[in-house]
Amino acid sequence: MSNGTGLDPQQPIVVRNLTKKFGDFVAVDNVSFAVNAGEVFGWLGPNGAGKTTTIRMLLGLLHPTSGSTHVLGLNSATQTKAMHAIVGYMSQQFTLYNDLTAAENIRFYGMVYGLSNRDLRQRQAEIIQMAGLEGREKALTSTLSGGWKQRLALGCAIVHRPKVVFLDEPTAGVDPISRRDFWTLIYAMAKEGVTVLVTTHYMDEAELCQRIGFISQGRLVALDRPGRLKQTQMRGDVLELNVSNPDLAMRILKAAQQSGQLPLDEVALYGAQIHAVVPSAEAYKEVLRALLSTAGIEVRSLERIAPTLEDVFISAVNAPA
Amino acid sequence: MNELAISAQGLTKQFKTRGGMVTAVENLSLRVTPGETYGLIGPDGAGKSTATRVILGLLTRTAGESSILGFDSMADSYEIRERVGYIAQQNVLPADLTVMENMRFFAGVQCVSAEAQKKRIPELLAFAGLSNFTNRLAGRLSGGMKKKLALACSLIHEPQVVMLDEPTLGVDPVSRREFWSLLGDLRAEKGLTIFVCTPYMDEAERCTQIGLLYGGKLIAAGTPTQIKGLLPGHLLEFTPAQFAAAQQRITGMEGVLELQTYGEKLHVFVDDVGARKAQIEMALAAEGIAHDDLREIEVRMEEAFISLVQQQTEKVGV
Amino acid sequence: MPKSLRRLAALIRKEVTQLLRDRRGLAYMLGLPLLQLFLYAYAVNTSVYHIPTAIVDQSRDRKSREFVQALVNSQYFNATLQLENGAEVMTAIDKGQVRAGVIIPPHFAADTDRGSATVLMMLDGSDSASVSSGYSAAALVAQSYASHLATEQVQRKGIRTSALAGASALPITTSTRVLYNPDMIDIWFLLPGLAGLILQTLAVQQAALIIVRERELGTIEQILITPTRPLELVLSKMIPLLALCLLTMGVVVGIGVFWFGVPFQGSFFLYFWLTLLFIASSLGLGLLFSNRARTQKQAQQQALLTMMFGLLLGGMIYPRSAMPAIPRFIGDLLPMTYFVRASRTIFTKGVGLRFVWTDMLALAIYTVVVVLLAARNFKKRLD
Repeated sequence: MSNGTGLDPQQPIVVRNLTKKFGDFVAVDNVSFAVNAGEVFGWLGPNGAGKTTTIRMLLGLLHPTSGSTHVLGLNSATQTKAMHAIVGYMSQQFTLYNDLTAAENIRFYGMVYGLSNRDLRQRQAEIIQMAGLEGREKALTSTLSGGWKQRLALGCAIVHRPKVVFLDEPTAGVDPISRRDFWTLIYAMAKEGVTVLVTTHYMDEAELCQRIGFISQGRLVALDRPGRLKQTQMRGDVLELNVSNPDLAMRILKAAQQSGQLPLDEVALYGAQIHAVVPSAEAYKEVLRALLSTAGIEVRSLERIAPTLEDVFISAVNAPA
Repeated sequence: MNELAISAQGLTKQFKTRGGMVTAVENLSLRVTPGETYGLIGPDGAGKSTATRVILGLLTRTAGESSILGFDSMADSYEIRERVGYIAQQNVLPADLTVMENMRFFAGVQCVSAEAQKKRIPELLAFAGLSNFTNRLAGRLSGGMKKKLALACSLIHEPQVVMLDEPTLGVDPVSRREFWSLLGDLRAEKGLTIFVCTPYMDEAERCTQIGLLYGGKLIAAGTPTQIKGLLPGHLLEFTPAQFAAAQQRITGMEGVLELQTYGEKLHVFVDDVGARKAQIEMALAAEGIAHDDLREIEVRMEEAFISLVQQQTEKVGV
Repeated sequence: MPKSLRRLAALIRKEVTQLLRDRRGLAYMLGLPLLQLFLYAYAVNTSVYHIPTAIVDQSRDRKSREFVQALVNSQYFNATLQLENGAEVMTAIDKGQVRAGVIIPPHFAADTDRGSATVLMMLDGSDSASVSSGYSAAALVAQSYASHLATEQVQRKGIRTSALAGASALPITTSTRVLYNPDMIDIWFLLPGLAGLILQTLAVQQAALIIVRERELGTIEQILITPTRPLELVLSKMIPLLALCLLTMGVVVGIGVFWFGVPFQGSFFLYFWLTLLFIASSLGLGLLFSNRARTQKQAQQQALLTMMFGLLLGGMIYPRSAMPAIPRFIGDLLPMTYFVRASRTIFTKGVGLRFVWTDMLALAIYTVVVVLLAARNFKKRLD
């Protein structure tokens, strides 16, 4: 991936050796990846890792220091206008007009994108149906609940039938049921060949993506399917402990971690359980059990559990560069 | 003194709006024993912040009772304020004061003596990982660091209870985990009672007791394991090639208790894994719907929440 | 140290740090009053010169001639008519021949020596600019003659109102020399009142914003959850602003005295205490607004309204003695009203507490009441 070879220029989103510097600060450091047509791609990373900077360059709102981004074959930096006409963008502050009705919002965005009247009527009907807003066309947007607003915002973002859609934290603050509905919509779009790039802070949502790119300190540290990432990127195993006195057990394990007695990557309380990340489950299961037993703590169960994507990301971020 | 750290009985809060009275919290009852980490979990608008503020005495209550450490939320608000730490949801600290000035300010208004300040402030800053940022303006800190500073400030008077209103909102996963690790330390080392509101379902797993709040009402309460145990049957997951067709075919099938969508996947709750797995595979094959392996997966809090909300709305008949 | 004082100290320290850190805000607080001062002094001229005036000199002695000459020398008055009595003056004003009349009763010289002389001034009430300029100038001249100036507004166009005027309460001293300066009489007369308007505006505005701003920012929530009591919070907002406003006042008065050469006759010590009480009461009023307002915009509007009332009803430009009851009552509700009266007295007459204690007491009571009201109105909860 170092020089961008292997990236097919036909792919709808192509990022090649992308670098962005703000003064001395390298926000994005030689990042390359491509997204396939009809793919739902998750773009993740901690705040300040370069996630938003990358999206802004993809949308042509920032110019790269070096490297390039192409969306549907158009260079984001030089063919911005043409590119904007064929991509959709929805940000976390859904840019809907609260004092317009649902239908008026769709019409407004349709007109902005230059749809013909006939086309507009058809799209309006389609989007109302897609967002489940039948019977609420004339409701003021301000009176709609979060889930509806969010689906309407998505509808407005795709009123011109873009082939690529960027979704920047689209589900922030929406209840889990509406979020599920929203993801069903995303996959319905993808099935029709629309390419979706989505960012989120919900790690469980990242699991819903077909492929994930993870950026940390400006560098692309992982790029794969969620299931594969859990196998390849996790350094160490996660152990789940059920013990008689979790608070005391926690103090003992923390002390052992801090003194270097045990090479624990992480030890944390999860309700009545403790999660500990050890280099290898086999090698450390009994060590942990012995340590706790000598302190008079009853170990009821001690099992290796599958890491969550969050575990994987924490591991990737904390990995020595 | 009461043995409960936090308690609420039939707590109700209504707001006057232009459209009439809105009930933000309805008949909420909860009990938090000392040392517990209690999570009030629910989506935006469920009434978490309102409930927290009423319990703290920051909002008046419409009906019911609530108290912290045996002190009534309304009548004894100053007693509560001397014994409780709180992190409000947004813009919690003066942005134009430095980290150190913020610490000193909250120490001052909580009447922490100069000697105690000299000891506690460096300890808390080290605990929050802010020792190297004492001269930075609070407004210039990252989101995660702001929350850590707020936590440090709220602990300056050594409260017995801390209440946190969505402390990880808008904070990235790495900072989120760091923050929870701090809360874990407080629990393990100081035995602090922690009350936390969060919209993140996965954070429920961090709590010893949780309450699921939806539409102002508590729809379930218990340990995370108990809540997940409320779900019927077992959970199967698979990815069909034709999503809508598969969804339609499986809905209402014998032994299928509930169907949830999950991106391109379907989550099927069944009464019996062995029997229903074969049955579903056959039905899909008959319709010519290709799919990957049907596998049993563990129920997470989110599935439990969705299921419970759906049961609730069916009961009400929405 | 009691807990309450310790909390207050912590709160004050926070306010001071924030105030000093906000350089733009500081520049505004110190700069705006100076700008206002220079604008009023140089750009805005509310005076009307050479008012056609009828003179009725019933005394016809040396003192009365000097008095008329002084009026003319002030350039505010042109003695265009010599008449015999008040009725004739009324007719002349009615006909539009003159816009003012000065009636000097018999035995003026003797009365002046006794310190009980009264001069009646009749002014054309339909011309407010003449009324105020004429009154102001005549009052100064009269004052130097140790005489009362009684005014009477006359409505033109045939409608005669009964004499509205009361005697203005200028104290009498025989030793006063001629005070006015024909070139700078505006600022001389204006400064003691103008300082009041400027400082009241500044204090009310800053105080009105300071609590509601924290409410809008949301930081109030984190302070509400500490054991801080409302009065502590109100005082902590008031005390740093009080210091800042006193400094501003010092600069304004200093510039008035040293730059514009406005003579300051009174006791600096007394003036300091008067100013302190005045600013404290203005800040209290602003804090009351701040605690009652829901948004900064609302608070700002209330502050603006106060400034407008202050400008029109505070006695700085328009004589309060000529006001109908309701505007006068509104004026009574403004700290500025008491200050302007006392300030003029201290400034221009080197008199002591004896003459201003009522106003100072009023301001002290005002401060206590309004601060307690502000604390009472402080919303301890978020709803």
